[in-house]
Amino acid sequence: MKKTDVVIIGAGPVGLFAVHQLGIKGLNAIVIDNLDRAGGQCIELYPDKPIYDIPAVPECTGEELTKNLLEQIKPFNTKFFFNERVEEVKKDKDNWIIKTNNNNEFTAPNIIIAGGVGSFEPRKLSINDTEKYEGKSLFYSVQNKDEFKNKSISIFGGGDSALDWTLELSKFSKITLIHRRNEFRGAPHTLSEIKKLEVEGKISIKTPCQLESIVGDKNIDSILIKFDDGRTEKIKTDIILSFFGLVMKLGPITEWGLNMNKKTIEVNSENFETNKKGIFAAGDICSYPGKLKLILSGFHEVALASVECFKRARPNEKYRFEFTTSSKSIQDRLGKK
Amino acid sequence: MSKITFKNNDGNSKTIDVENGLSVMEGAIQNDIPGIDADCGGSMACATCHVYVEEKWLNKIPKAEEAEVDMIDMAFEPKKNSRLSCQLIVSEELDGLTVTTPKKQS
Repeated sequence: MKKTDVVIIGAGPVGLFAVHQLGIKGLNAIVIDNLDRAGGQCIELYPDKPIYDIPAVPECTGEELTKNLLEQIKPFNTKFFFNERVEEVKKDKDNWIIKTNNNNEFTAPNIIIAGGVGSFEPRKLSINDTEKYEGKSLFYSVQNKDEFKNKSISIFGGGDSALDWTLELSKFSKITLIHRRNEFRGAPHTLSEIKKLEVEGKISIKTPCQLESIVGDKNIDSILIKFDDGRTEKIKTDIILSFFGLVMKLGPITEWGLNMNKKTIEVNSENFETNKKGIFAAGDICSYPGKLKLILSGFHEVALASVECFKRARPNEKYRFEFTTSSKSIQDRLGKK
Repeated sequence: MSKITFKNNDGNSKTIDVENGLSVMEGAIQNDIPGIDADCGGSMACATCHVYVEEKWLNKIPKAEEAEVDMIDMAFEPKKNSRLSCQLIVSEELDGLTVTTPKKQS
């Protein structure tokens, strides 16, 4: 069991800035996120889209914002636990015990939930009874390329993931790329490569059509696709790769006894504490009168929450408000002379 | 105020008054319309406010931008009349608009 001052759930911009606000107060934190890297929605949903409302940053992309926040918290050497989801939160006197699906256990007086709209999961195929194929002949991501060699693969989707994997896997497998409309969304270079492979007969592209049914028993034998004009076609398929983006699911958070309002957690706007002492919520996941789902609001929320975290983590010390421009101890913590 | 009607899969429908200038999605959220999740809050990043627009309204609403169409690719069972309700801004011209929510959003 690992001890820390604060467990932060969610490595999006708000979770990252929480590390900073806690760090300058001398508090340690660890961060847990279900994704494989930091950035949350900024990285998963709009890495290339410019954001125009970060104070004093006229324009930056989700990716740049994440990079800069990681740079800003570097001095604190924070430990991140990626690809992990918090399953259970239990009270233990004045502390909380936090368990993840990777069997990691933490104990801390404070938890900051900066979970956005929940953890990201791949959007599943919309037809019934596909679960039995999952992980065997139906995949929502490619972990190990070697498993996809010398197969007949049907790839669904019209975005970067579908296009990139079509290019990559076409080197050693028979690929059919299937999309609901004729236009694909990808870098010009990728699109021209795809076109070239199709002309050369190395891949087959089916549009505009959608998956109608899967034929198979233990494994997939073939699929039936339906074109917009009603025509159907059977395609021999060993493996389906489906790239319809990510959905967000709140998951176990709803079971921790927190007061919820639809998909958000109610907090008081003085310190962003929930109805449970020592559990805070900030960013998109929290709600209070007047709440705006802006990144800048989340920054404010964790700044205030970090003060209450300090009081709980250091009950015998007096909290003193300090400025980064003048505080010697803050500058020390930031590694500045 | 304009009247917007939400039909669901079972054929049930609910008509609400939405202030002009708000999006159809915001109207739905304020009125607890089931079947509109709007996880990303209207930033065109999630496709969970996806609706099917009644045919006769298709020509009366502004066409979807490319980014919206790209996002609809990710929606649950997209069709020709699919739109993201966060991108439909309510106005007098849209008074009476009818949309159907999909079987589910994700």
